[in-house]
Amino acid sequence: MRDLAVLFKGNNPARLLGGLGVTLKLSLVSVALSVALGLVVGVLMTRKNPVIRALMRLWLETVRIVPQLVLLFLVYFGMAKAFNLQMSGETAAVIVFTFWGAGEMGDLVRGAITSIPRHQRESGAALGLTQGQVWRFVLLPQAARRLVPQAINLATRMIKTTSLVMLIGVVEVLKVGSQIIDAARYDAPQGAVWVYGAVFLLYFLACWPISLLARHLEKRWAC
Amino acid sequence: MKKLFALILSLILVLSLATGALADAKARNLDEIKESGKLVIGVFSDKKPFGYVDEYGEYQGYDVYFARRLAEDLGVELELVSVDAPNRVEYLTSAKVDIILANFTVTPERAEVVDFALPYMKVALGVVSPDAALITSIEELRGKKLIVSKGTTAETWFTANEPDVELLKFDTYTETFNALLDGRGDALSTDNTEVLAWAIENPGFTVGIESLGSLDTIAPAVQKGNDTVLTYINDEIRALAAEQFFHADYEATLKDVYGDAVDPDNLVVEGGVIE
Repeated sequence: MRDLAVLFKGNNPARLLGGLGVTLKLSLVSVALSVALGLVVGVLMTRKNPVIRALMRLWLETVRIVPQLVLLFLVYFGMAKAFNLQMSGETAAVIVFTFWGAGEMGDLVRGAITSIPRHQRESGAALGLTQGQVWRFVLLPQAARRLVPQAINLATRMIKTTSLVMLIGVVEVLKVGSQIIDAARYDAPQGAVWVYGAVFLLYFLACWPISLLARHLEKRWAC
Repeated sequence: MKKLFALILSLILVLSLATGALADAKARNLDEIKESGKLVIGVFSDKKPFGYVDEYGEYQGYDVYFARRLAEDLGVELELVSVDAPNRVEYLTSAKVDIILANFTVTPERAEVVDFALPYMKVALGVVSPDAALITSIEELRGKKLIVSKGTTAETWFTANEPDVELLKFDTYTETFNALLDGRGDALSTDNTEVLAWAIENPGFTVGIESLGSLDTIAPAVQKGNDTVLTYINDEIRALAAEQFFHADYEATLKDVYGDAVDPDNLVVEGGVIE
C-alpha cells in the first residue's frame, strides 16, 4: 500500500495522462484511416477480378501473418536503412497500424457484404432499383449493422497494440508506466502493481466509451 | 493462378534487389551535427541508475550525465531518445541517433556492426536470486530457469556457454525484475552493477554470483565508419580524465544506489584506460 504514493510523485499523474494522449492520438488517427480505407478495400475484396483479388489476398495474409512488431521495425528502421527514408516513430506507427487496420477492416467489410443473402440484391433489382440504389438502400445499411461489433473489436485491439510503439522510441502510456516503475524501483519495489493498475484503468477508460458507442449503435439499428 | 504467383514472386524479388542495391542510411558527421545545433543521443529511459526518467519527466543517470557533457562541450543542444536493449544497434545502423550511450557493453559481435569509442565503465555478469533458494555457483543454475533481458550480454553469454540453463527472456529491464519478484524464474542475470544495486534495495534477494564471464567494458557507440564523431568522443574521454569526470559522474548518479558496497574504481574507467 505504501508504494501507491509513487503514482502521485512529482509530475507522474500528468506524465501518465500525457502518455495516454500519445496512445490515443496514434490509435484514433490509425483507426479513422483504417475505417475509411477499409470500406474501400472491403468493396474491392468482393470484386471478381483475379488481379485485384490476389493483391487483396496478399495484403490481408501479410497483415495476418507478420507480427505488428516486425512491421514496425521494417517501416521505422528498414525504410531508413534501405532507402534512407527517415521518419518519426509516430509516423511509422500510423503507417503500420493503418496498413494492418485497413487490411483487417477490409476483410470484415467483405464478410459483412457477402453475408447478406443474394435474394436481397435480387429483390432490390426486381423492385426496379438501380445498382447504386441497391447498394445505398439495401446492402450497405444491412452490412453496416453486421459490421459494428467486429469493427469495435478491431478498434480496441488496435488501441491496445499501440503499446508496441515503445520499441521504436515512442513514449506512450505503458512506457511512461515502465519509466515510473523503474525510477522508483529502489524506493518503491512494489510500485509496479499500482502503476500497471493505473495503466489498466487508463486503457479501460479509453476503450469503454467505444464499447458504449457500439452498444448504442447496435440498439438503434436493431429494428 | 500459377501465373499470378509467379508475377507476385518476381515483384517481391525485384523489390528486394532494389532494396539491397541502394545505399545505407548514413549517420551525420560532426560538422553536420554542429550545423544542425543538436546532438541526438540514444539512452535508456528505464534503467536506473544509468539512464532513466525521474518523476518530473527529466532524463537522469550515469549515461545521461555524460551525454549532457558531450553536447555541452560541442556547444549544441542535446536531444535524448528512449532506446531499449534489443534495438540499440538498429538505432545506429539506421542513423536514427548520432551516438548510443545506453550502458552498451563492448563485444566482438557488436564491434562488427557499430564502432565503439573508449570505455567509460567496466562490468562483469552477476546473478541474483532469492535468499530462500540462493544460487551461488554456475553448477546450481543448470536445469533451472534464469531470467534475462533480450539483447543483453547475459543472454549471449548463457546461450553460448551454458546451454543447460533454461533462459526466460523479456523485452525490457522492468519486466525482468518484475518476473524475479513474481517468482517466475529461479534467478536473474545481467550486469553485476545492475544486480548489486537492485539486491541492496530489495531485501530477500542476494547476489550469489558477483562476477561471471569475462570483464567487459561499457563504451559509447557510433555508426560504423562515423570517424569524426568517434574521434570527438575519444578526445573528450581522454581530456575529461584530468578532472576525474567519471568519478564525479559516479558521485552524482551511482553513489546513492551502491552506497559503500562497491568501490567506484571497480566500475569507473577514466580516460579510457583499463588498469
